[in-house]
Parts: sequence; structure tokens; C-alpha cells
Amino acid sequence: MSDTIQKPRVATAWLGGCSGCHMSFLDLDERLIELADKVQLVYSPIADVKEFPKDVDVTLVEGAVTNDENEEMAHIIRRRSKYVISFGDCATTGNVTAMRNRFGNAELIDRAYKELADLCNSVPNDHTFLASLREQAIPLHHLIRVDAFLHGCPPTPDEIWFAISELLQGRIPVFKTQFLRYG
Amino acid sequence: MSETITISPVTRIEGHAKITIHLNDKGEVQDARFHVNEFRGFEKFCEGRMVWEMPGLTSRICGICPASHLVTSAKAGDDILAIGIPETAEKLRRMLTLAQWIQSHALSFFHLSSPDFLLGFEADPALRNIFGLLAHDKDFAVRGIRLRKFGQQVIEMLGGRRIHTPWAVAGGVREAFTREERDALLAWYPEVRETALLAIKTIKRVHEQYSKEIPSFGNFQSLFMGMVGPNGELEYYGGNLRVMDSAGNIIANNIDPREYRQDFGEASESWSYLKFPYYKPLGYPKGIYRVGPLARLNICDSITTPLAEQERRLFKKLAPSSEAVNNSFYFHYARLIEMLFAVEKLEELLHDPAIFGTQVRSKAEINRLEGIGACEAPRGTLFHHYWVDENGVLQKVNMLIATAQNNMAMNRTVRQIAMQFIDGPKVSEGILNRIEAGIRCFDPCLSCSTHAAGEMPLEVQLLGADGRVLDVKRR
Repeated sequence: MSDTIQKPRVATAWLGGCSGCHMSFLDLDERLIELADKVQLVYSPIADVKEFPKDVDVTLVEGAVTNDENEEMAHIIRRRSKYVISFGDCATTGNVTAMRNRFGNAELIDRAYKELADLCNSVPNDHTFLASLREQAIPLHHLIRVDAFLHGCPPTPDEIWFAISELLQGRIPVFKTQFLRYG
Repeated sequence: MSETITISPVTRIEGHAKITIHLNDKGEVQDARFHVNEFRGFEKFCEGRMVWEMPGLTSRICGICPASHLVTSAKAGDDILAIGIPETAEKLRRMLTLAQWIQSHALSFFHLSSPDFLLGFEADPALRNIFGLLAHDKDFAVRGIRLRKFGQQVIEMLGGRRIHTPWAVAGGVREAFTREERDALLAWYPEVRETALLAIKTIKRVHEQYSKEIPSFGNFQSLFMGMVGPNGELEYYGGNLRVMDSAGNIIANNIDPREYRQDFGEASESWSYLKFPYYKPLGYPKGIYRVGPLARLNICDSITTPLAEQERRLFKKLAPSSEAVNNSFYFHYARLIEMLFAVEKLEELLHDPAIFGTQVRSKAEINRLEGIGACEAPRGTLFHHYWVDENGVLQKVNMLIATAQNNMAMNRTVRQIAMQFIDGPKVSEGILNRIEAGIRCFDPCLSCSTHAAGEMPLEVQLLGADGRVLDVKRR
């Protein structure tokens, strides 16, 4: 058990995005077996989640910061992680998640919940239960310090594997040209 | 014991699904709600984009089922061009859709749900995931990983990449398929079939193991909706809609998906970003209906592949005489029967010479200003509805998403479990387990309509009649 404790503690988190980056992570396929031997996955939407734990070595963050709960989460992640990686284009640039930025929130909400609803008892506005949208969805590094950026919508499994391997050896991944692409 | 526990910001984490349980003056459960907590605004921000880029753009709604959005969007585009697509293109799109079912259903069962079944509902939450499964039963987990990989590989061979391929377009698809690719997939088949059958064997063992618990997992009456083919068979790409009631009566049939708005409406409420679709003839909220594997298995008259048809007949026996199977726990079994069907059907298509045709795209200008596409996504019927100008620029977009159509049913499931098990102002750990498993039957893909994860963090709040928080449990 003692070597379990010494395994690097890796987390993945999901803010405003489509989960495609996490699916690309699962596209590591059989490499997941190797990963399970090398690291301890301490927090992830694909695992049973409690609170974001302390003393995480590496956190991959998918998605843009799009509401108040994402903001709180991003700060917690930064405080509790040694390395924070923007995981994919939404975290890196805002990407598709930020396409809403050219419209006001009221306009967006009214379209979805009033104009396109056959019956509107209320728009979702009960913030005892629901997160409040930010006026603009922003890339992660606009809010917190980020140590490296994984490009792609989503990043390829090879790119994810390269990044994790480098980080596990204590190096910030430097992406070669074949990984420098958006979309 | 404190009476009020406030939600600390620390636990307000992403993809947070919340459940609230409301008590009356006597301390009895009056209501329970499943809140979904993210909004992205596709219906608005797609305005001003070109119809040609909608398949690539809307596949970004969901990383789990991007191929379903891609195909549905391309079909809406076909409708705007007002053309038929080449036979090869339709067959290749069908292959893509089946591959999407295989990878998504494999994910739901092996990666997300089976840790509950194999490690136990009460197992250490830190181990209850695919990595814990690898440690517990490596062979089983690796088989699941490889079956999902197979589905993803088919998508990659067709579309050039696994996630967010822009391959399907209005009028057809971008690229043809080759014999070498086909042969590589066929070589994989013995293993693929074996794993699909293993999944069915496993769920049957689960049925026996949890025979006492299953009756309380979302067992209620509702309508069921989905597509069927021309002979009433299970359909996944193009067919007409059928609605069945819980007694097994077909109450509407042969509805052209282009007319969906006549029969299906959506309601919005203050407490969830997920809308509440309902069957209009019965109104809201009486018109509650379920979509996805359980619905499709209930409404179809047959399955056109032998092994899956054999299982469908066993599935039908879960309900008395001709009634529909109403218990949401059997979503899992239905999902695995569909996975087996997708495996068999895809093999059939791989032997069809028409898939090697080189005419894969019809070209046309904008010939209609309104287009609707529909398809059976892994979690249920998916509709894309676009209004464009004469240049093909989007003016308005509506999407009726599979998981949203199960929203009322998910709420009903939570309420049923709460009423059955909560008695007094405390929530026990065991109830939390049951509620989470109840929701997971639906394999909710909140990413699609809003966003959240397969294995969601849950928070259960118990509220008194005055709205005070009496108790809260988090996971």
C-alpha cells in the first residue's frame, strides 16, 4: 500500500465545456491501465467525486469559466494543485463556450426558456439552487495562473499522454509543432 | 445536532447536480427535485452562423455523443437543401450512428455503472470507478475499455477523428470508406461480439443479485416515445415516431419527426436549467414521457438482428402480458440489448457492398428556409430545427435533446425513492446511494442540454415546510 500513497495525485475537472476533452482522456484506451499503475486519480467527473482534495500534483481543467461556481472551483483547484493545466480549447481560449459572449445573458436565457418554451412558468432564476452566469465566459488563465496549455477541441490522446508523462517527470510539457493546433 | 446546515462554497463544484427534498408540516416528503446547473446558450449563439458549419458546431454540444448531433444536424441540413442523399452516404451515416451507440452504451455500462454493480453500492467511493474496476476485475474492465475503443475506432475510420469530426454534412458525408478499413474492423468482431454478450450476462446476474431493490428504482407509469422503422422495428437513424402508454397501448403512431412540435412541448421552471418536455395532448406535467433504450425497447415490435431479438423477447417478459416495462432500472438491460443490436447491425452493414460507393454527397443550394433533422441518439430521440435566410445563415435554432425528455421522469424517480425511504428529518447514507443509482439508470448526459458528468457529485438537501435546510448530505 505504501507505494499507492507515493503515486502522483492527478485530478481532472470540468467547467463550462462539452466533456469532449474528458472523452479524449478516456480515448487513452489501454494506456489507462498503465496510467492506473502510475498515478492516483483523486478527483474526476468519471470517478465518484467528493470535494476537490488537497495536495494534488497535477490537475487538468476542461472548459471555460462560465458561472460563479466555475470561478470558485477554479480558485480551489489553483490553491490545491501544484500544476494546473488548461485542458483543451475552451479552457485555453474560451472557444465554443465563449461564443455566447456576443449576446447578453437576458437575451440568451429568454431565447431558450421563454421564446422556445411552450410553457414558461419561470426562466431558471432561483439561485438558491442554480449557478449565476457570468456576463462573459472566459479562458481559465484570465482568472487563475495556469502552468501549461493543451490545445485542441479536443486534445488528442497522444497529446494528453505526452503532457501527463512530462508532468510526471517533473517537467512542464513543451509542445512540439504537431500539437500546436486549435479545433 | 444542528438543525440548519448551510451549503459551503467549497462543495459548489462543477457539474453539480443537486437534489432537494421538501417536507410538509408533518415532516413527510411532499416533493423532491433534481436540479441541473449549467447553461451554454447554443440556441441563441448559433444565430448568424452558416447551415454548412452547424454539424461541426453542434457536435460541440456534447463530447459523449457528438456523432449523434453531427448526423442530426446534417439531416436538418439535407432538409434545408430539400434533397435526398446518396445511398452510400446514408449507409455510412448509419454506421456512424451505430458506432456512437456502441461507444456510448459501453461507457455507460462498463466505465460508469458497472463499478456499482461489481464493487457494490456500498463500496468505498474512492474505488468505485473505472480504475477501481481495473484493480477489482482487470479482464472485465479491459474488455469494456476495448469495446468502447472499437466504437470510437469506427468513428475515427469514417470521420478521420474520434471526437468532433466534421465528416457528416448537409447532403451526405465528406469522405468514402475503404475495404482495408472494413477488413480491419471485421477482424475485431469475435471479441466485440463476445464482450457485448458478456455485458448482457453480467446485467442478468445483477438482476438476480438486487432483486429486492430493483422494484423501487423509478418504477412508475409514463408514456414512452421513440422512432420505429416502417415495420415497427427498432430504428436508430430515420423512422417515424411512436408513443406508447404504460399499459402497452400505442396511442400515437407514424408521426413524421418534422411535425414534432405539434406533439411535444417544453416547459421551463425557475429551479433547473434543464427544460421539461411533455406530450402536448396530455399537457404539462401529465404528459410525462421517457425516451432512450427503455422506451425504444418498449415501443418496437421487433429487432432485425437475431441475438438482440432473442434478448428483446426476454425483456418483454419483465412486464405482465402486453404492458410496457415501467421500471427504470431496466434501462440498463435495454441499453445492453441495444448495444448488442448495434454490434450485429454494424457487422451486417460492413458486409454490404453499397458502403464502398464513391458518391457520398449531393450538392444543392438553399431550397427551404426551415429544416428539421431527427435521429435516435444513445439516450433518446434528438431533434435539430433550423430556420435560415436565403443564403443559409441561421436565423433561429431549436433543439429538443434526448436527456431533457427524461427530465420529468428523473424527477419522478427521485421523488419515488425519497417518499419510500425518507421518514423524519435525517437523510441516511443508504438513501443517497439509492437516489444516485436511480438517476444513473437514465445515463443522463447533462452535457447535451446543459452540462454535467456521467458520475455526478450529488448533494441532497432536506428542506422543512418553511424552506429551512434541515439536513444536507454530499458526495
